[in-house]
Amino acid sequence: MSAPVRFVGDLAHLPTHAFGPRSITWWGILGFMVVEGMVFALAIAAYFFIMDKEQSWPPIPISPPDLRAGTLFTVLILLTELPNRVIKNAAERYDISTVRFGLVLMSIITLPLLVLRGFEFASLGVYWTDNAYGSVIWMLLFLHATHLLTDYGDTLVLTVLMFTVHGKESNRFVDVSENSLYWRFVWLSWLPIYVLLYWIPRWLP
Amino acid sequence: MSDVARDGEALQGAELEARLHRTWSRAPGLWGWLTTVDHKDIGRRYIYTAMTLLILGGALAAAMRLQLATPESGLISAARYNQIFTMHGTTMMFLFAVPVMEAVAIYIIPLMVGTRNIAFPRLNAFSYWTYLFGALLLWVAFALNVGPDAGWFMYVPLSGPEFTPGKRTDIWAQMITFTEVAAIAVAVELIVTILKFRAPGMTIARMPLYVWSILVTSIMVVLSLPAVALASGMLLADRLIGTQFYNPFEHGDALLWQHLFWFFAHPEVYIIFLPAMGFVSQIVETFTQRPVFAYAALVLATVAIGLLSFGVWVHHMFATGLPRLGYDFYTAASMAVAVPSAIQIFCWIATMWLGRPRFAVPLLYVVAFIVTFVIGGLTGVMVASVPLDLQLHDSYFVVAHLHYVLIGGGVFPLLGALTYWFPKLTGRLLSEGLGKAAFWCVFLGFNAAFFPMHITGMLGMPRRVYTYPTGMGWDALNMMSSLMTGVIVIGGILFVTNVVLALRRPPDAGPNPWNAPGLEWAADSPPAPYNFEHIPVVSSHTPLWEEGPLNVMTGLRVDDREQVVTTAIEAQPDIRYPSPEPTLWPLLSAVALAALFIGSIFTPWAVVIGAVPLAVGFTVWFWPKNAPDGEPVIE
Repeated sequence: MSAPVRFVGDLAHLPTHAFGPRSITWWGILGFMVVEGMVFALAIAAYFFIMDKEQSWPPIPISPPDLRAGTLFTVLILLTELPNRVIKNAAERYDISTVRFGLVLMSIITLPLLVLRGFEFASLGVYWTDNAYGSVIWMLLFLHATHLLTDYGDTLVLTVLMFTVHGKESNRFVDVSENSLYWRFVWLSWLPIYVLLYWIPRWLP
Repeated sequence: MSDVARDGEALQGAELEARLHRTWSRAPGLWGWLTTVDHKDIGRRYIYTAMTLLILGGALAAAMRLQLATPESGLISAARYNQIFTMHGTTMMFLFAVPVMEAVAIYIIPLMVGTRNIAFPRLNAFSYWTYLFGALLLWVAFALNVGPDAGWFMYVPLSGPEFTPGKRTDIWAQMITFTEVAAIAVAVELIVTILKFRAPGMTIARMPLYVWSILVTSIMVVLSLPAVALASGMLLADRLIGTQFYNPFEHGDALLWQHLFWFFAHPEVYIIFLPAMGFVSQIVETFTQRPVFAYAALVLATVAIGLLSFGVWVHHMFATGLPRLGYDFYTAASMAVAVPSAIQIFCWIATMWLGRPRFAVPLLYVVAFIVTFVIGGLTGVMVASVPLDLQLHDSYFVVAHLHYVLIGGGVFPLLGALTYWFPKLTGRLLSEGLGKAAFWCVFLGFNAAFFPMHITGMLGMPRRVYTYPTGMGWDALNMMSSLMTGVIVIGGILFVTNVVLALRRPPDAGPNPWNAPGLEWAADSPPAPYNFEHIPVVSSHTPLWEEGPLNVMTGLRVDDREQVVTTAIEAQPDIRYPSPEPTLWPLLSAVALAALFIGSIFTPWAVVIGAVPLAVGFTVWFWPKNAPDGEPVIE
C-alpha cells in the first residue's frame, strides 16, 4: 500500500474483548446454533413426514416410550439453567472464584444427565431397525445426545482451563459466558424433542 | 500500554511494513505451508483445488460426449457410464461449484472489507483440509473402481441397501459430509467477517455488491446445507446400521430423501449463482467506470432471490405426484424468481448503457453471462410449468437448461472474475489476446454444444442413457454437441495456458491495474500477509474513486496479530481483536475427522473410537499457547 494515506483516527483506546453480540465468539456460537438448529428442525420435519404415512402413532403394537427417564431428564436439565445463569453473570463480572466453582458444579451435575440419557434410550420400547418410527425417534434422541456430550466435553476443558494461568485472561471470561449461552441451546432444543418423543405418541389416537 | 508498538504517525512506511511482515508472515518452508492461517494462502489453495476438480469433472464430461457422439457406441460400458455421470455431477456440484465460490470469497472478502484476516482463520484452514480429504476420498474411490454410480442426487430406493450393495453409495454419502462440514464452516467465517470485520465507515448500506451477495449466499449455506448432511447421514444409517428411513416396506418413504435433498439442492443453485452475480456487479462497475445503476434495487433483488430459493425445491419433484395446491404454489414461486433476476439484468445493462464500457475479457464474460443466463432463465420458466415439466422431465432438455443456468450463470462470471482478480491473486495480468481467444472458444463452443440438447430433449432423448439406437433423429444433434464440446476443451486449454504463461512472467501488475473502486485494490498485488498497513476508513461503496488520499485509522499493535472489530450495521470501531496464530492443529484435527468419517463407512464404531483423537485435536487447537501478555488480565 504505497499510495498516500490520511490519518483520521486512532484505535489504540479500544478494548480487546466484549461480551454478547460485540464478541466474535458470540457470533461463532450463534453460527453453531443456527446450523444445529436447522438440523433439529429438519429432523423434526422428517418425524412428521414419517408420522403422516402411519395409521397410528406409534405404529401398532408399539407403546409410547416410558415417561420416567425422559421426564426426570427434562426436569434436571431445566434446573441446570440456575447454575448456568450464575456462571454466565459471574463471567461477565470477571468473578473468577464463582466461575470456577460454577463450572465444577456443572461438570458434576451433567453426569446424571448422561446416565439418564442412557436410560432414555433403553425406554424407547423400539429399535432403530424395527421401522421408520423407531429410526426417527432414535435419530432425534441420538442427535440431542451428541450435543449433550460435546457441550460436556467443552465444559470439562473450560473448567480445567479456568484453573490455569490462562483463566485470568479477559477473553477466557468471554468463552465462559458463551459456553453458558450454548448450554441454553442444548436444553432449549431438548424441549420440542421431549414433546415429540414422549407426548405426541400419547396425545394422538 | 505505552510500551506496546502500534502503527501511527511515529511508526509508518518501511519500518512499519518490516515489523508487520515479522508478525503476520507464515513460517518458512513446509512447516509454514502446513500451518498457515492466512486467508490468502487458504483461499488460493482452495481455488487451485476447485479448478483442478473442474478440469477432472470436465474430462468426465468429454468422455461422456465421446461415448454419445454416435449411436450404439461401445466405447464406455453402461456400468462405467453410470459412474462417470455420477462422478461428473457430484464433482461439479459438491467439489467444484460451491467450494470455488467460497474460495474466491475467502481470498477477496477480507480484502474488500478492509481487514487483515478472515474471522476464525484456523477454522478456515481446517475447512480446506476437510474439503481436500473429501475430494480425495471420492476420486481415489473412483480410481479404485468403487466410485458412486447412482446419480449425483442419489435417489433412494436405487441408492438404498437393496439396490446398490457395496460401498459406492456410502463413499458418496461420506464425501457429502466432508464437503458440508467444510462449506458450512466457511459460510460462518464469511458471515462473521462481513458483519464484524468491515472497515470503519463501511456501513451495511455501503457494502460492495459482491459483499452483499456473499452475505446472502453464506446465510443460505448455513440454512440449506444441514438438509443434505442430515439426508446423507440417514442414507448411511439405512445402509450401515439398518435404519428404515427410506424403506417403504417398514413405513419409511423414498420421497423423504427427495424433499431433504432438494431443500438443499435448489438453494444450492443460487448458492452458486448469487456469488456470480456479485462478480458481475463488480466487473460491470470497474469496466464501465461508474457506480452500478440502482444499488438498492440490486441489493433487494439479491436478498429476494435468497428468500425465494427456499420456496421452490418441490419443482424438482413435479413428477412424483404431489397435491394439486403444491403444484400451484411451487410453480408460482419458481416463476417469481425470474422477477428479481430480471431486475438485476436490467440494472447491469443500464450501468453499461450509462457508462463507458471497455470490453476487456472480464466484461466479455459478463455479456456472455447475460445472454446465456437469460436463455437458461427462460427455459427455467418453461419447466416451472407442471404440464411442460412432466413432458420434459429427465430429458436432455433439462440437461440443456441446467447447464445454461450453471455454466452461463456460474462458470462464465467465475472465469471473468478470475481474470479480473488475477492481478490481486498473483501480481500479474493475464494476456488479453489469449484471454479473448479462450473466451470465444468457451462461449461459442458452449452454446453450440448445449443449445442442440434442448431439441434432442424435445425429440425425446432421456438423460443418463449410456447409448441410444440409431434412427431416432438424435444422431446429428448428438454429434454436433460432441464436436462442439471439443471447442470448449480448446477454450479451457487456452485459459490454463494463459495462466501458466502469466505465472512465468515477473509480477508487474501494480495495486490497481483496472482503476477499480473496491478496497481490495488499495492493497498490494498480491497483498502483503497483513493486507493493509493501516486500517482503511470508507465513506462510500466505491472508496477508491473518492477524491484525495485514502483515509486510514491507526493504533493496532504491530508486534501481535490484531484486527479491528466493528459494529454490525454502522461499522463503528469497537474492539481490538487478537487474531489467532498459525498452528498445525487444524490439519491434525481434519486428519482425525477424516479417519472418523472414512472409518464410519465400514463400521459405526468408528464414530465412537474416532471421537477420541478428534476431541484431543480440538482441545489442543483451542488451548491458549502463549502466556498472557500486556493485554487485560483480571486481578
